[in-house]
This record gives sequence, C-alpha cells and structure tokens, in this order.
Amino acid sequence: METQKKNSPLAVGTEDKGAPPTGGAKGKEFRLEDISRPQGQWAHVDNRDLMPMPAPLDHPEAEPEWRPLSERARETYECALDDTLVLSIPKPKSKEEERELVEKFLHGLRKLFSKEDNWTFLRPLTLSMEHCANCQTCSEACHIFEASGRNPIYRPTCRSEILRRLYHKYIKPGGQFLAKWRHGDVELNWPALARLAELSYRCNLCRRCAQTCPIGVDNGLIARELRKLFSQELGIHTKELHDRGSVLQLKVGSSTGMNPLVVKDNIDFIDEDMTEKTGIKIETPWDKAGADVLLIHNAGEIMAWPENPGAFAVILQAAGVSWTLSSEAVAYDGINYGLFYDDVMLAKVVVKHAQAAKKLGVKKIVIGECGHAHKALTVIADRVLTGDLNIPRESAMTLLREIVLSDRLRFDPSRNDFPVTLHDPCNLVRLMGVVEPQREIVRKLCPKFREMTPHGVDNYCCGGGSGFAIHSAHNFEDWRFKISGRKKLQQILNAFADCPGPEIKKYVCAPCSNCKGQIRDILNYYELWEKWGILYGGLVELIVNAMADVKPGFIEWEWR
Amino acid sequence: MPGILHCVVYACAAVFVAAVGWRFYKIQTLPIHLRWELYPVPTEGKRAEHGGSRLEEVDWWTKAHRPDWLRELRFMFSEMILIKALFEHNRKLWRWSFPFHFGLYLTAGWGALLVLGALLELGGLKVGAGAGGLGAALSGLTVAVGVCGMALGIVGGLGLLRARLTDEDMKPYTNFSHYFNLLFIAGALALTLAAWAAADRDFSLFRRWAASALSLNLSAHAGSRWVSGSILVLALLAAYVPLTHMSHFFVKWFTWHRIRWDDEPNVKGGRIEIMIQKALQYPVSWSAEHVNADGKKTWADIATEEMK
Repeated sequence: METQKKNSPLAVGTEDKGAPPTGGAKGKEFRLEDISRPQGQWAHVDNRDLMPMPAPLDHPEAEPEWRPLSERARETYECALDDTLVLSIPKPKSKEEERELVEKFLHGLRKLFSKEDNWTFLRPLTLSMEHCANCQTCSEACHIFEASGRNPIYRPTCRSEILRRLYHKYIKPGGQFLAKWRHGDVELNWPALARLAELSYRCNLCRRCAQTCPIGVDNGLIARELRKLFSQELGIHTKELHDRGSVLQLKVGSSTGMNPLVVKDNIDFIDEDMTEKTGIKIETPWDKAGADVLLIHNAGEIMAWPENPGAFAVILQAAGVSWTLSSEAVAYDGINYGLFYDDVMLAKVVVKHAQAAKKLGVKKIVIGECGHAHKALTVIADRVLTGDLNIPRESAMTLLREIVLSDRLRFDPSRNDFPVTLHDPCNLVRLMGVVEPQREIVRKLCPKFREMTPHGVDNYCCGGGSGFAIHSAHNFEDWRFKISGRKKLQQILNAFADCPGPEIKKYVCAPCSNCKGQIRDILNYYELWEKWGILYGGLVELIVNAMADVKPGFIEWEWR
Repeated sequence: MPGILHCVVYACAAVFVAAVGWRFYKIQTLPIHLRWELYPVPTEGKRAEHGGSRLEEVDWWTKAHRPDWLRELRFMFSEMILIKALFEHNRKLWRWSFPFHFGLYLTAGWGALLVLGALLELGGLKVGAGAGGLGAALSGLTVAVGVCGMALGIVGGLGLLRARLTDEDMKPYTNFSHYFNLLFIAGALALTLAAWAAADRDFSLFRRWAASALSLNLSAHAGSRWVSGSILVLALLAAYVPLTHMSHFFVKWFTWHRIRWDDEPNVKGGRIEIMIQKALQYPVSWSAEHVNADGKKTWADIATEEMK
C-alpha cells in the first residue's frame, strides 16, 4: 500500500493511526486534526447529553431512542461524522477515486476565492477567513451546539476553522511553509473532506452566531460557502435540495412536482373549499396582466396546507387588492433552495420569478409565507436582477398589516381568544429586518398573544432552516427533532407555560412554510398536540379566523 | 548606534502604513457582493431599536430613506471602545479583552501625545514635569495615559493568555501564533512600562527621541537602553500587527459597515447596478454538471440558461 505524505493534498487517509475513539468528540480529547482520521466516527450524539426540556418533556428517560443508521447505509455511504447522514455520498471505489475527489476539492477551493467564480460572496468570505480571533463567542449563540449538550463538532467555529486552515495552507501565498505555525494544520484527505461536507449540513444557516461576533466573522456564511463548493465543483448536494428541489422546479415548474395545469387545478379546488368554509365566493385570479400584485406562494403550501393560499385569496379579495398568481412555470413556486447551497441554482430561479412578473407587467411582486423565498427574492436578488427585471418586491407581511390596520375589513378578535405565540423565521426577521408588521397584526387580532423569549432579531431558528425541514432520509429526522429543533421547542413550551395540558388549545403562528413544516414535525414527534394541545399554522389563517364577515371557525382544531 | 534605531523605526512605520494600505486596497477593490445584511442595522434609524428595516414598509422603494449615520457612529463607538458584543455575549472573556483593547487604545493615545509633545518641543515649547502651563499638563497627561494604558494592556493580555491556556472551549482553537501575539504585545508594553519606571518617569527621553525621529536627526541617542529597547520592540509590534488577523482593528469597518449593515438597494441605472452588470460578465468555470460552465460563459449566460 502506498503511504501518502502527511501534508500532501493527495493523502487519502488509508493509514490507520490507531484505534479510532468510540466516544463523542468531547472535552479534552477533541482535536480539529481528527477530522482527517482515516477511520471511525468523529462524534456521537446521545440522549444523555441533550439540553434539558421543560414540562411535559422534563423526563429525559422518556426521550425517544435514536434510530441507528442502517447497515446498508453504513456500507454504501460516507458516514464517519456523527450518527446520522444527510448527503449520502457514495464511498469512493478506489484510492485513485479518493485522490481525484481531493484534487477536485482543491480546484473548487481556488475557485471559491476567485472573483470570477465567486464574486457573489468573495468579500464577506475572505474577511471571515482572515480575521477570526477564535474567541468562541459565537458558540454560545448556536442552538445546535447548545441543544446537543455542547458537542464540539457542532460549534459554529469547527467547520470554519478547518476550512480556514485549508485556506491558509493551500490558497494563501507561502501557506505550505508558515500556515501550520501561524494557523494550525489539518491534513487534507478524503475522510476529512467527506466529514467536512457532511458537517456543512449540521448548520441551519440562521446566522445567529454571526450576530454575536465582535469582529463580524460569519460562520453561517462559511457553512453555506462550503456547501456551495461541494455542489458547484464536485456535484455533491442533497437530493432534497437539488434533484427533487431546484432541478425539479426548473424543469417542471415546482419542487412539489406540480406543473402549471396541476397547480391551477389545485387552486380551483382550494377556491371551492374556501367558498364553502367562509361563505364568500372566492376566485383566485390567474395571469392578470397589469395587476398591482403578483403573489408568489411557496408551492408546498398548496399541497400541504391549502388553507394558507386559500386564506390569502380571502383576504386580498375582501380587501379589493388587484392581484394575480402566475401560471408560468417556476413563477407559482417561491421556493429557491439555491439560497442554501448553490449560487447558480439561486440565480436561475430568481431570474424566472422576475421574468414572469415582467411578462405580466405587474407593479410589484409580493412574497407569501415563506422565509427563504423572502430572503432570496427580496434581498439576494437585489444584486442579481438588473434593468427591466429589477421589479419591486416586498413581503406579504407589510401588505397584510396595511389591510388589517386599515378599515377595509371588519374583525372580531374574540374569535382568536386562545393563546398564540409567534415564531420569527430567521430569513424574514434577522436577515431582512421584517419584524414588526406581523406582530402588529397578531397584537390586534389575538388577545392572548405572548412572545417567545428571546424573539425578533434575537430569535432562535426552528431547526428546519436551510432546508432541513424537507430532509428525512436515513435517520436524519431524529437529529432534526432532538437537536436542531430542540431550542425552538423549548421556547414554545416556555411561552405556553401558563396554560399547561391538552385542554387549552394553543397556536404557534409560523409565517414561513419551511418553519411551519419543522414545527409540525417536532410537535408531532413529541406528541404535543395530544399531550399539550399545541397546534401550528400561518398568519393569514389567524387573520381570516378573526374576519367578522367570514363564517366562524376557519381554524380547525384538529391535527394535520 | 543611534542611526540604526531610527532606520528600524522608519522601516517599521513604512511597513505599518503599507500593510494597512495594501489590505485596505485589496478589500476595497474586491467585487460587489450579494446583500448579506444582518439586523439590527443602525442606519435604519428608530426602526433599528427593534431590528427593523425599510422593508417593513409597503412600497418601500417609493419612500425616502435617510441613513442614520449618527446612530451608526454611536453603535460603532460603543462596539470599538467598549467591545459591546463581547460584553453582551461572552462576559467571561470580556473581563480580559476589554482592559486589553482599552489598554492598547490608551497606549496608542500615549504615542500620539508623545508625538504632539515632540512637535511642540520642536516648535520651541518646553514639555515636561517642570515646564509649567501647557507643557506640564501635556507631560502629566502623557504619563497618566501611558502608564494606565500599558498596565491595562498587560493585565488584559495576561488574562487572555491564561484563558487560552486553560479554557477548554478555546484550547482546541488556539495555536502558537495566539500565544506569540499575546506575549509579544504584553512583553512590549511591560518593557515600556519598565523603561518608564527605571529610567524615564516623565517620558521626556521618549519624547526627545520622537522629536529627533520627526526632525530626521539620526545622531540623537535615546538616552537609556531601556528606552531604546522599548522603542525598538514597539516599532516591531506596530509593523507586525497589520500583517496578522489582528488587523481587525480596522477591517472591522468592512465587516460591519460594508457587509453586516450594507442594505443599500439596487436602483435602476445606479452605481450598484453598474457594478452588478460588470460582475455578471465574469466567466464561470465551476465544474459540476448542472452548472454547465465552460470557462467562457458568463454568470449572465448561466443564470438565464434553461435547465437541461
């Protein structure tokens, strides 16, 4: 067997450096260099380590057990990071293949720091690479690190520091000579890269860590840039985000698989249902040229929570807004998963949205209840779209606030006389600064509204951020529920601590499709509808539920 | 060998200016990046109190927006001087980091006061404890600022060193350069403080040497090995800092003002649109199949290409 030199970029990790530790990568034995260990799992997750929860989840022994990865998964895929798997990277068949992958990564690393290939994020990435003081302040802000019981591989700095060492060694001039002394070393081999790729998907990209950094280093961005490198250079991405997400959306029209005919059929059905539920004839306009508003939903709402697009139609119609949906492929689905992993896919979807709006000649695009669609189309697209494609775009939250706070509709807040708390989607709030409009609505319409602690721009991610909410392969759901969603669940339970038990029905308002899916899943996992009477839903459902001219009982208190 | 010290200090000053200038230029000339702001953004004015943005308004693009620079300055001041983010999110480390940084600011202030005193002396005004009036006041202020700054810097530096040696969270992320940097800074400050205690209680020797350096009088002596030694080490430190990650003392302006708080919208025909149009013409060479790049197609080509 050919032994590679330790610092060679082509080292493939075939050399066994002793029995791999079997415990978690915790405490004194934790070393960043161990990411290159040729064999063994880097860290373990364990129920005993998890952050304690309030009632009714304050019995750690009742915590569901972790489902182990299947033998087939362990044999087929690279799974040497922790006890779960998102990427499903097939194991290379030969050392030669491993070397090629390492070489490709190095090509990608160079592109990541070139202005031609990465003008989009070169400045923030370079500054984050070169100026971290490693003070670990960011770790304390990370819900994943905290909820896992401070598992060291989940520190926001862990993946960043590994990339930083590779950057200094392979990108900066003279790195091969001085980098080890100045910045520490990591051996670049295939096991390290396989772990690093997987580790880039142990972050929700909520950027709460970046908010606390005294220097302005952004570990969330670094996680995203790592995902991007693996996607755009090595073609490594999750099936959920890429094949069944962005690609399907661009080929068929929606990541749900709905083509224009199917989406129109579904909306027709929703209109009928809304007409019956509200007592008002509802008719969703399609492709209305010159409308004031092109509304773009997350198409997942149409499939999973039809009452949400239905409620939008009820409100906009009742308020007399000139609006339309587009039946142009892609334009009826606000999803843009490229935001989480790939600039190319991000740009393609953004352009499609803008082209549809331009074709209809609408005055503005309004984005429905989808946090990442907000961020992608309003903020990110602002530096992608130019000329005629730069059509004004705004959040549905502001339009809804204007409608609710004006006298255009009559409301009866007593219809919402149940405990309500509001989840702040990171993309909408911390990353866009849309904080108050949704609160003003809830304060006006929900007499028993209470905030989570903390909230607003200091909120915690739902745990489904960066697309995790649609990831359920292997046993990843266990990780998503027990670790990434744990802090949000703790917040929800604390917000309803004054009304325990299943008798009092409670409502978590999550004005984001991805967050709503994650909150549904964690409530379901811990049976909190049955045990604690907690239901979830969007903002427009609360608005319609309080509309005096609509038949009472729009919100149905049953699990879905 | 008085001329050698002068030459080393001039060289170190040149390295400092060149390194800061080069780094500033490199960052400044990087292409425009996609918006990646993080709220609260202080220039949003009153809305910044709840972390809000102009995007909270209906038809926000039709509303006049006046950035609240005063609020940003206030925010920056408390962040740079008091290290507010660390105070709020990592109090344990702030206890050492604040005296360390504040000590360095005071030490820099001490240097500025020395230069000011040297310029006044070159202009004919006597500066020193026995000079009376403005000269005595300046001398007293220089001593107070210098001694406090160096003492705080040493205490903070040693505290940070201890944290890096003992804190289980920080240890895996600490490498030789962290220790070296802290020891270098604390050592330089300690040497200067020792020079003050042993040989130059009103910093008149430092001031006189500064005057000689400003007037290009290369034959002047420092008057004490303590003084010449500390001038040498301080000069080397000044040259070293901007070559390291410690250049965050000015890079922070970019990471906060130009990235975290950059919410400037792209207006049709505006300067941002021109920069975006230029960036969209960069060729793409990413290799993954779905990108479909060939090194010639531009970002604009790729973004508008149909998915196959």
